[in-house]
Amino acid sequence: MSTPASGLAQIGKSVVIKGELSGSEDLYLDGQVEGSIALKGNSLTVGPNGTVKASVDAKGVVVQGKLEGNIQASDRVDLRKSAIVTGDISAQRISIEEGAFLKGKVEIQRSDAK
Amino acid sequence: MKFFRGSSGPETLPAQASQKLTRRSSGLGELSRSWESADDLCVLDLGSTSPTNIRHFTERGHRIYSEDLLTASTDPELLTKDEQGNAVLDSRKFLADNLVYPAAHFDFILCWNLPDYLDESLVKPVVGRLWSVLKPGGMLLAFFHTRDAGPDSPCHRFHIVGADTLEMQKIVLRREARRAPTGAVHTAISDGFQLQRVFNNRHIETLFRDFASIKFFLARDNVREVLVVR
Repeated sequence: MSTPASGLAQIGKSVVIKGELSGSEDLYLDGQVEGSIALKGNSLTVGPNGTVKASVDAKGVVVQGKLEGNIQASDRVDLRKSAIVTGDISAQRISIEEGAFLKGKVEIQRSDAK
Repeated sequence: MKFFRGSSGPETLPAQASQKLTRRSSGLGELSRSWESADDLCVLDLGSTSPTNIRHFTERGHRIYSEDLLTASTDPELLTKDEQGNAVLDSRKFLADNLVYPAAHFDFILCWNLPDYLDESLVKPVVGRLWSVLKPGGMLLAFFHTRDAGPDSPCHRFHIVGADTLEMQKIVLRREARRAPTGAVHTAISDGFQLQRVFNNRHIETLFRDFASIKFFLARDNVREVLVVR
């Protein structure tokens, strides 16, 4: 199970946030968030203790904990084996480990660049 | 109609399971020919989340929806009593929380062995909802055990590994983890879902009577594959 890299913005497991969360750096989230998360161009990692009830818009999303809401990723989504995700996923690439739970749609965006 | 009845239901999520077996599926072969020759299809997989199936469809440019109805049916909040005081599952509540899609949304529905393991009170309402979310001309694949399979037939997950080949993986259920006074976490593992009943051909035809056509494939492993078209 991956741990947050040093220097990475972190939300610890005792932190509870309700509202709109946005930023321009990668974020490791091990607490609770309810609302929306926008990290365009950056990545979100939901740690094993993380509980998210929010729509997520980011470049990359890694889920090890619980996430309830739609995920829109401009690059990739990784659901690790402990992930429990309820919501639709739209990304260019997706990786789902054996054991992950998903209730929702998976749609791969085709790169229209060029 | 009901021959087998499980004791207590499972408590939590299906965990990773044991060994994998491979089986040939005529029904899948027929479906594959359709989805290999079309673009941007919408598929509903009602088994446990399968990374293999998700990859199979997304690689072909299709959209896949994953919804594990058997696990959802173990929600304790669904328990209620009927008019005779018998314990049943609340199908209205179940359908308010699950299979919530627009009408005629899916081209294909992969039901796998869901009807054999789903609680009796949910089977007909679920099939009714599946009819409404399937497009006219859309197809549904389901597997039914024959009586020879016996009451202890394990419930499997199904992974699509070829045009007409499935990998089967026995589902094991993990009960709630409990923390001991020492701080250690213990997780009890139980067997998977239990076969609830055996449908004969007439029961299957009745179950899918609202559909336009039904086709049976008898497999060697005491399973009938059923392909229905709305």
